[in-house]
Amino acid sequence: MSDIFPKWTNKLPAYLIVGGALVGSAVVAGAWYYFTPKYTRVGYQPIQPVSYSHYTHVEQLGMDCRYCHTGVEKSYHSNIPAASTCMNCHNQVLKDDPRLELVRESAATGKPIPWVWIHKTPDYVYFNHSVHVNRGISCFHCHGQINKMDEVQHAQPLSMTFCLDCHRNPAAFIRPVEQVYNLNWQPDSATKQLADGKKLVAQWKVQSLENCSTCHR
Amino acid sequence: MTMRYFLLGFLLVCAMVVSVAGFRGSLSRRPPIEIFPDMDRQAKLRPQSADDFFPDGYSSRLHVPNTIDRSQPVMVGGKAVFPFEDNPLNTGMQPGTPPGATNFVEVNPLPITAELLARGQERFTINCQPCHGAGADGKGATPRYGMVVIANLHDPRIVRMTDGEIFNTVTYGKNLMQSYAMNLEPRDRWAVIAYVRALQLSRLATVDEVPADQLAALPPNAAPTTNAPPTNAPASP
Ligand code: HEC
Ligand code: HEC
Ligand code: HEC
Ligand code: HEC
Ligand code: HEC
Ligand code: HEC
Repeated sequence: MSDIFPKWTNKLPAYLIVGGALVGSAVVAGAWYYFTPKYTRVGYQPIQPVSYSHYTHVEQLGMDCRYCHTGVEKSYHSNIPAASTCMNCHNQVLKDDPRLELVRESAATGKPIPWVWIHKTPDYVYFNHSVHVNRGISCFHCHGQINKMDEVQHAQPLSMTFCLDCHRNPAAFIRPVEQVYNLNWQPDSATKQLADGKKLVAQWKVQSLENCSTCHR
Repeated sequence: MTMRYFLLGFLLVCAMVVSVAGFRGSLSRRPPIEIFPDMDRQAKLRPQSADDFFPDGYSSRLHVPNTIDRSQPVMVGGKAVFPFEDNPLNTGMQPGTPPGATNFVEVNPLPITAELLARGQERFTINCQPCHGAGADGKGATPRYGMVVIANLHDPRIVRMTDGEIFNTVTYGKNLMQSYAMNLEPRDRWAVIAYVRALQLSRLATVDEVPADQLAALPPNAAPTTNAPPTNAPASP
C-alpha cells in the first residue's frame, strides 16, 4: 500500500491550504489595490500637443480659471478655450515662439488643437460643473491643485464613492463662493470648516443628493 | 524543499506584478483602462470631442444660418430686450444705425446699481485685470512678461470716450486687443464698463467727495480740496 501514496503526500493538504491562502490573499490584495480608479485614473498625465502650463498662467500671472474655462459657472461642461483665447496675449507675448506654433495655426485656420481629454466620466453618469462651483465646491476638491501643475494630472479618482463621500456630507467641503477659484485657500481648521460648512449648507439649503437618479438619469 | 521553491516563486511573481503595475497615483502617460468600453462610451455626442457623425468630425456645432440662441431677455428699465434686437444694449449704438456707421450711445443703457458695479468688478477681475491691471492703469501681469502695447484706461482720450465706443472695443476688439464678446454677454460688458467708469472717477475725485469717516485714512495733501472742474472730466458721469 505504501507504494501508492509516498510519504510526502502526508504533507500535501497542509501545503495546499497554506499555498492556497497565500495565493488567494495576494489576488484579493492585488484586486483591492489595483482594480479601482484610485489606481487606474489617478496619476494619468498625457502628453499634450502644446506645452501649456497652468502654473505659469494661473499662479504666476494670477489668471482666473474663468478667463479660459468660461463655461464652468454656466454649463455642465467646462470648456477648453479656443486658440483665439490664447492669442489674446500670444499675439504679443512669445509671438514667434515655436512652442506656440500649433496655437497660431489653429487660430488662423479654425482647426482645433487636439488637446487630450483627461477627466472623463463614463457616459452613463450625469455630471454638472455649474451646480458645484456655484454652491461653493472648489475645483480643488475634484481636480487637485491645478494651479501648481505644469502639466495637468488626474489627481482624484472621480469614482462613485468619491462623489458620494461629499454628497453625504457636503458641510465638510463647502466653502465661501469667493474662494471657489482660489485653489490655495485652506480652511483654518477641520472643526472651523465643519462649523462654517454647516452654516452655508443651511443658508443655501444644500441637499444631500444620494438618489441614484441624481447622477444616473 | 518544494515549499521553499514555491515561496520563492510566489515572491517573484508578487515583485513582478508590483514592478510592472507600480503604485497608486504614479505618473502614467497611457489612458485609464475601461473594461467594458461599450458601457462607458456610448453613441452619444459629448461637447468638444471628435465624432464621425458629422462630416467635419466636430461634435460642437456652429449655428445653422438664420437661427438664434434660445435666450433670456435682459430687463432694461422695465422693458425686456432680447439679444437679437437692434437695441443699444446689444449694439452700443443708437437704434437704426446702418452697418458700418458709428453712432455710439453716450451712456450705459443700464441703470447703475450697486449690484451692477459688483458684477462689473468681478468680471473685470476675470477678463481685464491680467492685462490692464487691477486699477485699469495698464500695469497688469502680462506687460511684465513681454506685452509691449497696452492701454492705460485712465488716459484722457479713453476717459472722454463714449460708453458705446468702449462697448464696441470690448465686443469687436481694437488694434491689438481682441474681442471679448465670447467671454462677456452684453449685460456683463455694460457692467464692466460701469466699473471702469468708477475706477476712472476714483482717480479724478477730490477730497470733498471722500466720505467723512474715511478722511482720516488719507495722507495729508492727497488731492486738491477745491472742487475745480478736472481738466479731463469724464464725458458720461
Ligand atoms: C490661459 C487659459 C487657462 C486658464 C486661466 C486655466 N486653464 Fe485649465 N486648461 C486650459 C487648457 C488650454 C487646457 C487643456 C490642456 C491641458 O489639459 O493642459 C486646460 C485643462 C484643464 C483641465 C483638464 C481638462 C481635462 O482634459 O480633463 C482642468 C481640470 C483645468 N484646466 C482646470 C483649471 C483650473 C482649476 C483653473 C483655474 C485655477 C484653470 N484650469 C485655468 C486653459 C486654461
Ligand atoms: C493673459 C495672457 C495670456 C493668455 C490668455 C495665454 N497666455 Fe500663454 N503665456 C503668457 C505669458 C505672460 C507667458 C510667459 C512668457 C514668459 O515666461 O516669458 C506665457 C507662456 C506660455 C507658454 C510657454 C511655456 C511657459 O509656461 O512659459 C506656452 C506654451 C503658452 N503660454 C501657451 C498658452 C496657451 C495654449 C494659451 C491658451 C489656452 C495661453 N498660453 C494663453 C500669457 C498668456
Ligand atoms: C464636483 C467635482 C468637480 C468640481 C468642483 C470641478 N470639476 Fe471639473 N470635472 C469634474 C468631472 C467629473 C469632470 C469630467 C466631466 C466629463 O466627463 O465630462 C471634469 C472635467 C473638467 C474639464 C474637462 C472638460 C469637461 O467638462 O469634461 C475641465 C476643463 C474642468 N473640469 C475644469 C474645472 C474647473 C475650472 C473647475 C473649478 C471652477 C472645476 N472643473 C470644478 C469634476 C469637477
Ligand atoms: C466636494 C463635494 C462634491 C463632490 C466631490 C461631488 N459633488 Fe455633486 N454636488 C455637491 C453639492 C454641494 C451639490 C449641490 C446640492 C444642492 O444644490 O442642493 C451637488 C449636486 C450634484 C448634482 C445635482 C445637479 C442637478 O442639476 O440637480 C449632480 C448630478 C452631481 N452633484 C453629480 C456629482 C458627480 C457625478 C460627482 C462625482 C464625479 C460629484 N457630484 C461630486 C457636492 C459634490
Ligand atoms: C453622486 C453621483 C452618483 C450617485 C448618487 C450614484 N452614482 Fe452610480 N456612479 C457614479 C459615478 C461617477 C460612476 C462611475 C464610476 C467610475 O467610472 O469609476 C457610477 C457608476 C455606477 C455603476 C457602474 C459601476 C461600474 O464600475 O461599472 C453602477 C452599477 C452604479 N453607479 C449604480 C448606482 C446606484 C444603484 C445608485 C443609487 C443607489 C447610484 N449609482 C448613485 C455616480 C453616482
Ligand atoms: C490680453 C490682454 C488684454 C485684455 C485681457 C484686455 N485688454 Fe483692453 N487692451 C489691450 C491692448 C493690447 C490694448 C491696446 C490696443 C491698441 O491700441 O493696439 C487695449 C486697449 C483697450 C482700450 C482702449 C481702446 C482704444 O480705443 O484705444 C479699452 C477701452 C480696453 N482695452 C478695455 C478693455 C476691457 C473692458 C477689458 C476686459 C473685458 C480688456 N480691455 C481686456 C489688451 C487687453
